Amino acid sequence: MGSQSYLWQLTKRTVTSAIIGVTISDRYVTFSSVRGSSMYPTFQATSTSFPGSLRGDLVLAERFCLERYKFSQGDVIIFKAPDNHKKIFVKRLIALPGEWIQIPESSEMLKIPEGHCWVEGDNSACSLDSRFFGPIPLGLVKGRVTHVIWPPQRIGAIERKIPTGRIPPT
Amino acid sequence: MAWASGSGRRFAGIPWRVIASDAAGRFMLVCKAACAVHVFNNYVCSIALVRGPSMLPAINVSGDVVAVERISVRSGSIGVGDVVLLRSPENPLKIVTKRVTGLEGDSVTFERDPARGDHRRKTVLVPKGHVWVQGDNVYESRDSRQFGAVPYGLIQGRAFCKIWPPKDFGRIEQKL
Repeated sequence: MGSQSYLWQLTKRTVTSAIIGVTISDRYVTFSSVRGSSMYPTFQATSTSFPGSLRGDLVLAERFCLERYKFSQGDVIIFKAPDNHKKIFVKRLIALPGEWIQIPESSEMLKIPEGHCWVEGDNSACSLDSRFFGPIPLGLVKGRVTHVIWPPQRIGAIERKIPTGRIPPT
Repeated sequence: MAWASGSGRRFAGIPWRVIASDAAGRFMLVCKAACAVHVFNNYVCSIALVRGPSMLPAINVSGDVVAVERISVRSGSIGVGDVVLLRSPENPLKIVTKRVTGLEGDSVTFERDPARGDHRRKTVLVPKGHVWVQGDNVYESRDSRQFGAVPYGLIQGRAFCKIWPPKDFGRIEQKL
């Protein structure tokens, strides 16, 4: 009887904390690990030669920006991949709706349609981004990355930066 | 002086510790309830008020309350004919209700703009990871015919049941 009530208490506690954790991660802040080298050097994927170890950086993403979908150029965002809803990408936001952008590797100018944005990886050599799939709807954005929290030697905030010469001054 | 010491004693006599712990307990209970509601709404089922002319006759112009389930979106089992709520690709703050008429890899044929008498037919192939959505009322709906196929990730839920007004209570049918 005693062990049964203990088990019941334990289950209740676990479920409650899981529910609270999920809510916080859905609405306020969440953790995410970054794999791949598309955002090098902002995030670094460690070599995969240590199986079992944490691969890639652990980052903190806030979700308050989703209340009004207000972003700035240079923010690092996480979003659902437009061609696979189960995959989450992390890239840098380059241009917002209504802005003109010069497509790299061509001299073409493109106006970002209403409700969309242009995202690119910092490491343009190996990044699957808007240069490949075009502007993405803002509705796919799931949060803004604010800090790196692991590994310890690179803990710190992430600053906004924009590649120069891409967006003409208005 | 006698009055002051009396009120002081009375003040000290109030069981502040008990009141505070009671209040904290109640506050936590409210928080837990709010969290439970959020999880249930986001992962299982919620209700939504939908209105507008685009889904006539399945949904009224004046607004119906529908039950929306989230499970089939997460499991990826949204099919052709389902009524879905999705974040508008043109304005992320707006949630629109449309019917899925094509999944990835399907080719969809539609009349270009019947509202303006443009009945030419056009066929497009839905790209990978996207769905084609259209309103039931082809004359007054802003949907994939204007903005193209939408990524599956924008779908928020599947409307499966009308619950208000009571005379319309019933399942929302899957149809083409």
